[in-house]
Amino acid sequence: MTLLRTIDLRKQFGETRACDGVNFTVQQGEFLSLVGSNGAGKTSLVNLISAHLTPDSGQILFEDKDITNTTVYERIRAGIARSFQIVNLFDGLSVYDNVALSIFSRDRKTVRIASLADHDADVHRETLEVLGQFGLRDKGTFVAGGLAQGERKLLDVAVAYALRPKLLFLDEPTSGVSTRDKTQIMDTVSSVVRAGHVTAVVIEHDMDVVFRYSDRIVMMHEGRFLADGSPQEIRANKDVASILLGAPLAD
Amino acid sequence: MSSEISAPSYRSKILLGAAAVLILIALALLPFFVGLYQVQLFTYGLIAAIATLGFNLLLGYTGLLSFGHSAFFGIGAYTVAFLVRDAGIHAMELYILIGVPVTALLSALLGYICVRHTRIFFGILTLALSQVLWSLALKLFWTTGGSDGLRVPRPALLGGMLTFTGSGAFSRFINAYYYYVLAIFAVCVLLMWVIVHSPFGKALQAIRDNETRAAFLGIRIRHFRWMAFLISGTFTGLAGILWAPLNGLTTPEVLYWPFSGEIVFAALLGGFRNFTGPIIGGIVFTYLKSYAVATTEYWQFLLGVVLVLLVMVLPTGIVGGFAALVRRFRRKEKPA
Repeated sequence: MTLLRTIDLRKQFGETRACDGVNFTVQQGEFLSLVGSNGAGKTSLVNLISAHLTPDSGQILFEDKDITNTTVYERIRAGIARSFQIVNLFDGLSVYDNVALSIFSRDRKTVRIASLADHDADVHRETLEVLGQFGLRDKGTFVAGGLAQGERKLLDVAVAYALRPKLLFLDEPTSGVSTRDKTQIMDTVSSVVRAGHVTAVVIEHDMDVVFRYSDRIVMMHEGRFLADGSPQEIRANKDVASILLGAPLAD
Repeated sequence: MSSEISAPSYRSKILLGAAAVLILIALALLPFFVGLYQVQLFTYGLIAAIATLGFNLLLGYTGLLSFGHSAFFGIGAYTVAFLVRDAGIHAMELYILIGVPVTALLSALLGYICVRHTRIFFGILTLALSQVLWSLALKLFWTTGGSDGLRVPRPALLGGMLTFTGSGAFSRFINAYYYYVLAIFAVCVLLMWVIVHSPFGKALQAIRDNETRAAFLGIRIRHFRWMAFLISGTFTGLAGILWAPLNGLTTPEVLYWPFSGEIVFAALLGGFRNFTGPIIGGIVFTYLKSYAVATTEYWQFLLGVVLVLLVMVLPTGIVGGFAALVRRFRRKEKPA
């Protein structure tokens, strides 16, 4: 079943065409990677879908409903969540509060003014569960701003995941971390997302990571789609190899 | 998992509650150990603490620096003065019952305009609106009394059970009013503590830390800022309501921008990044200003020097600095 569909989506910054008539589909339950060189338009596409940017033209359909002109708030409520390329956390709050806040917001409890946040048993239980899933349970009392980069990346994803979205965009969840941490982060993210039956779209540069974890790979180049297929198909695609790697991929 | 998170921290809350009760008892005993002037001065300090506590919901918890909180303080004070003059009301409870909704309403209106902007634009807008009110209070002298202000006689307390006429009325009023303000102060502190520790309070802190991410969690930024503005203005307005009978006179000075600056100063002095900072700041600032005014005619210069030193030496304020000292002391105590 198609969860998300964009029709001829366009966005231009001056002379640069960030999205040049993009027709993008995401099937329910898949773990999709969006790849491409810097400036290919990947983040712009995610920004358009998540309402961080407004398209110049085109349509965005989510569960067959037109959401092109809806707000960030409405898209979150519809079930679209995202993490950010540069870690975007509430650095002054604890790791626990970062995740709990996501749950409070999802359950529309942030309007509660006369009850203590840490006395909500349901939110407390779920927060611990999410922190446990992302291996951050023993960091709960730490201030988010004091975490190591790898942990911050995980928390960034955990905060978005705690919204229990139908569609989760992860913008470079492993950028800026060591190779060892990359594997650990992707193992964790992949297993949590798959176990939670959340459809995920990951923007990623590391092709090892992409080939290892993706069900499907979409490659963008200069605001357009260059290739779309399984990891095997993308690996065999000569255009992808020449643009992304400068040479054919070795087996 | 650390025990602090696996169960809500009841132990720390019990300790906090016990400390608060002890402080409250100590404050209740204060009039038995100090003179009338000190009791009066401390009452001013408690009122300033309520005003700064309200102000800090915006600065410390929402990340919005208001330069116009004198407006809410002034609205509260002038509401009392109008009730005395135009409605002949002399009951403190009625001042509060009528004054609080009035300040809440005006806070809501001004907030609706101001929270559309952030950073310097927000600050300037709050400053401008408070200046509008100040100029109205000054120019509409047939209504407001102009620069002479409006007199506010001593009201009856507790539904008329306590009245203050005849000999010794002043000292009886000061003592009774101290306990009256202390009780309201305690309620305000408790209310604000619950607010900042509620899901709503956490959402405000999230907005302060990262507006973009907060929006991508589905938090309606402007709506929450408006709510914070409303609560903040109402608390500061309540302080104005309590201040007017103690001062005996309401003048346009409480609407003027330097008064807003004093509230900002008090929050900085105590430390705006923690809950108790504004309370300490409000009380300490009251004493600082009183003694500066009594000591030298260049008291503004003295306060300016204190402010410069504060920013340079103690940027986290008195409470923040004290907390840093405690942390350093604990670290030294731990074996390497």
